[in-house]
Amino acid sequence: MAGTNDIVIKIATVNGTGSASANGLLRKAIFRMGVPVVGKNYFPSNIQGLPTWYEIRVTKDGYQSRSDRVDIMVAMNVQTYSQDMADVAPGGWLIYDSTWPRSRQLDRDDITVIGVPLSRLCNERFDGVRTRILMKNIAYVGVIAALTNIDLKVIMGLLEETFAAKQHLIAANMEAIHLGYDYAMEKFSGPPTPKVEKMDATRRHIVIDGNTASALGCVYAGATVGAWYPITPSTSLMDAFRAFCARYRIDPESGKRTYAIIQAEDELAAIGMVFGASWMGARAFTPTSGPGISLMSEFIGYGYYAEIPAVIFNVQRTGPSTGMPTRTQQSDILSCAYASHGDTKHVLLFPADPYECFTMAPQAFDLADRLQTPVMVLSDLDIGMNDWMVPEFEWDENYVHDRGKVLSAEDVEEMEVFYRYLDVDGDGIPYRTLPGTHPKGSYFTRGSGHTKYGAYTENAADYQEVIDRLDVKWETARKLVPEPEIAYSKFNNAAILTVGSGNGACKEALDRLGEQNVGLNYCRVKAFPFSESVREFIDKHEVVYVVEQNRDAQLRALLILDFNLRPDKLVSLLHYNGIPMNAGFVVEKILEEITKGRAA
Amino acid sequence: MSYIAKPQVSHPSLRKNKLGLTSRDYEGAVSTLCAGCGHDSVTAAIIQAVFDLDIEPHMLAKMSGIGCSSKTPAYFVQQSHGFNSVHGRMPSVTTGANTANRHLTYIGVSGDGDSLSIGVGQFVHAIRRNLNMCYIIENNGVYGLTKGQFSASADIGSKPKKGLPNQQEPIDPVSTALSLGATYIARSFSGDKAQLVPLIKGALLHKGFSLVDIISPCVTFNDHEGSTKSYAHTREFYNHVVDVDYIAPFEEITADYEQGSAMPVALHDGSKILLRKIDGDYDPTSRARAFKYLRDRFNAGEIVTGLLYIDDERKEMHDLMGNVDTPFAELPMESLRPPKGELQKILKPYR
Ligand SMILES: Cc1ncc(C[n+]2csc(CCOP(=O)(O)OP(=O)(O)O)c2C)c(N)n1
Ligand code: SF4
Ligand SMILES: [Mg+2]
Repeated sequence: MAGTNDIVIKIATVNGTGSASANGLLRKAIFRMGVPVVGKNYFPSNIQGLPTWYEIRVTKDGYQSRSDRVDIMVAMNVQTYSQDMADVAPGGWLIYDSTWPRSRQLDRDDITVIGVPLSRLCNERFDGVRTRILMKNIAYVGVIAALTNIDLKVIMGLLEETFAAKQHLIAANMEAIHLGYDYAMEKFSGPPTPKVEKMDATRRHIVIDGNTASALGCVYAGATVGAWYPITPSTSLMDAFRAFCARYRIDPESGKRTYAIIQAEDELAAIGMVFGASWMGARAFTPTSGPGISLMSEFIGYGYYAEIPAVIFNVQRTGPSTGMPTRTQQSDILSCAYASHGDTKHVLLFPADPYECFTMAPQAFDLADRLQTPVMVLSDLDIGMNDWMVPEFEWDENYVHDRGKVLSAEDVEEMEVFYRYLDVDGDGIPYRTLPGTHPKGSYFTRGSGHTKYGAYTENAADYQEVIDRLDVKWETARKLVPEPEIAYSKFNNAAILTVGSGNGACKEALDRLGEQNVGLNYCRVKAFPFSESVREFIDKHEVVYVVEQNRDAQLRALLILDFNLRPDKLVSLLHYNGIPMNAGFVVEKILEEITKGRAA
Repeated sequence: MSYIAKPQVSHPSLRKNKLGLTSRDYEGAVSTLCAGCGHDSVTAAIIQAVFDLDIEPHMLAKMSGIGCSSKTPAYFVQQSHGFNSVHGRMPSVTTGANTANRHLTYIGVSGDGDSLSIGVGQFVHAIRRNLNMCYIIENNGVYGLTKGQFSASADIGSKPKKGLPNQQEPIDPVSTALSLGATYIARSFSGDKAQLVPLIKGALLHKGFSLVDIISPCVTFNDHEGSTKSYAHTREFYNHVVDVDYIAPFEEITADYEQGSAMPVALHDGSKILLRKIDGDYDPTSRARAFKYLRDRFNAGEIVTGLLYIDDERKEMHDLMGNVDTPFAELPMESLRPPKGELQKILKPYR
């Protein structure tokens, strides 16, 4: 049930009508009042005309995932009106534009329906079709502000910041707010909605999407080359990188760029460019999504075998094939872990939210350089394109980037002879040289069979020696990747294990289950290869519920493969319809398992 | 197996270039191609060109895809880094490498299958970007490495060893490059070293995308009677149209050229290439006229060779992108991060 600072507001509009800024204004106003919020987009793969929703969850407990109810629906889209009405929780509220009559039969008597003539109010006050449409959006923000007690001074402050350069827009927008606000104050007499009350729970926090966070992480990581082919939902990552670089990557002396963004002809070329640049010693990356990974696969195997660093951001979307490009999923875990033919396996990082998108970007580059191998960061559409409240990012000025084992001209000069693929240190990681450094440092980079000296080979033993050494490196990777997040309750039989964006729903589910005296331990893996501590965690439990957002239990399969585990111990909870998972799903499924007699 | 001529001892009289290196210093591993393969002759021409231009071995980057032709970078300039990539994807790797470091000379060696079949997408886009590289296609009309299937450059009517003649229109790399705006386009023949070496030199020095399409017969799968990429057929039908001489910096143009036929083009390092038009009607600076000429000659069954087009004005990729000249790997990491304390400012809009 809704309550103070525990409200879900969903806004149904039409794609391309400019509702994003109004929705952002509403979300920010609540955040500025010190109350935690979550903002989720549900949008079509379309530029204009199809239905789109924005959901604001006001959550005093600071939960990160989507809620399972809607308290206040702003039904601005006639096309989806009846569905939107059906989605309101019993006892909830629905606001609609009453400029035009609405068919009576659509009424529900267990909710409060509030008609506000938004179009008429705006048409009377504003000129121009576009302005009227935009102001109508702002006006519904006014209505919600009135119903839920959102502070108009906070809204005014936000408008002043947004339109600092266009003063007249501040007044106009504020007027639109008042059209809705005053109307609702005057006319509304139904059961009161829950209120937003000032709190102090957002200090030192920000609301940001994962793609922007990853892009900023790339800037701080010192990435200089970004090559890509546009694909939803990864496109905004490169857009953000471009914007940050325009600000921070212009050489003051020459006025030239200390970065390059190359829009490739396809993903095969994008990853080829990344390998070319990394081979030359630049920090290079490509953002993409599932279809792009499929295209890059041949090259990813090359990078693994020829040992070239690369960072790939896979913002996962719903597959298979084109699937649902604007919906979320975690269904590329296996295809990324084993991308490419032959014996290949790849280091994966799994951020859970934008905060980790920021921190894992420099980590990904460091690991790629250290391990001389492609590293993939697997976020998803939910993380990448939705608005998450996370702690403010921090940057440690003393941070030293790990550029790995790269020999300088002086190093090479001192050597008798240089061989590219020798395991000098016993960690499976050889030394490399950059082209243009020293004639003695040259070697021939190839994807064909090679000896530890870098020479072409078809000799069985020489081939196998290198392939086995790569496995030594894999075990080194296991020690270098980020450790899982682990939390113990007072019970110790069963646990939830999840990955990435499953974090929010699972943690909230743990709280709710706890209230019902079901105590579960928790593990969230942050990387593949899995750390030894993941195995230890699993070993301690009778049952581990593996919660993930794909149909085929890919994380579970990977755990079994990597650790050679007894499969019956890992019970799958799978959510894969494209909508971000919520806590209700996890709670329900766990309770079902318990009723079936499974341990808790 | 054939061997590139390799004197066992370095003869004291062996000519040295400005770096004090002999041509032996520009050799590579022993070739494993079939004896008589055209590709080995191209390798020899590359060695000659790089040696003559006094290129420091470690400042050359040898790029390739997959195929017999793509193997050859292992056979020249041992002391250069090489990148034998995946099939048809050499251009993208070179694009990335060049973006990160413009100071190396990039030479790519590819085949007709590698560039015109599987890799045609990357080939055309590298041209569009005017990537600064010397791009060599060792064109034999077949996939040598997979045993002789027709490639996209096979001519209509060309006969395979077994089976039916090719019926499909060939993709001609020269006219393709011309239509896409490549800035240096040449065609030659592996058996014509005198023409080939200066063309490669010009290509190495030209700023921008230089294509050298070289008919390079596959003796094992496409050198028989009825093949249009055989030694015999090429010798019979090929025609010099615009030859070039390479003139080193500070060297004078000494030879006598027929009035109106010689055209010097300055290269960025101060050297020149001198175009010698064998056919006075040909204009290697006009895309439209070059295109028509090539088409007419092609229809007449002639193989037109020489420096067929040059545009020394268009900016190359690096200049178009506006990157710093410093190799990206040499930029200090601190200089790539926003200034100290800036993060708080960056995050302001997200509060
Ligand atoms: C993805 C992929 N498909 C197929 C092959 C097999 N293959 C190797 S070389 C080659 C053709 C090479 O032809 P070309 O580039 O003309 O080189 P040539 O051997 O004639 O010099 C093919 C099809 C491969 N290596 N990779
Ligand atoms: S098969 Fe043909 S292309 Fe390949 S090495 Fe032999 S002759 Fe040359
Ligand atoms: Mg070929």
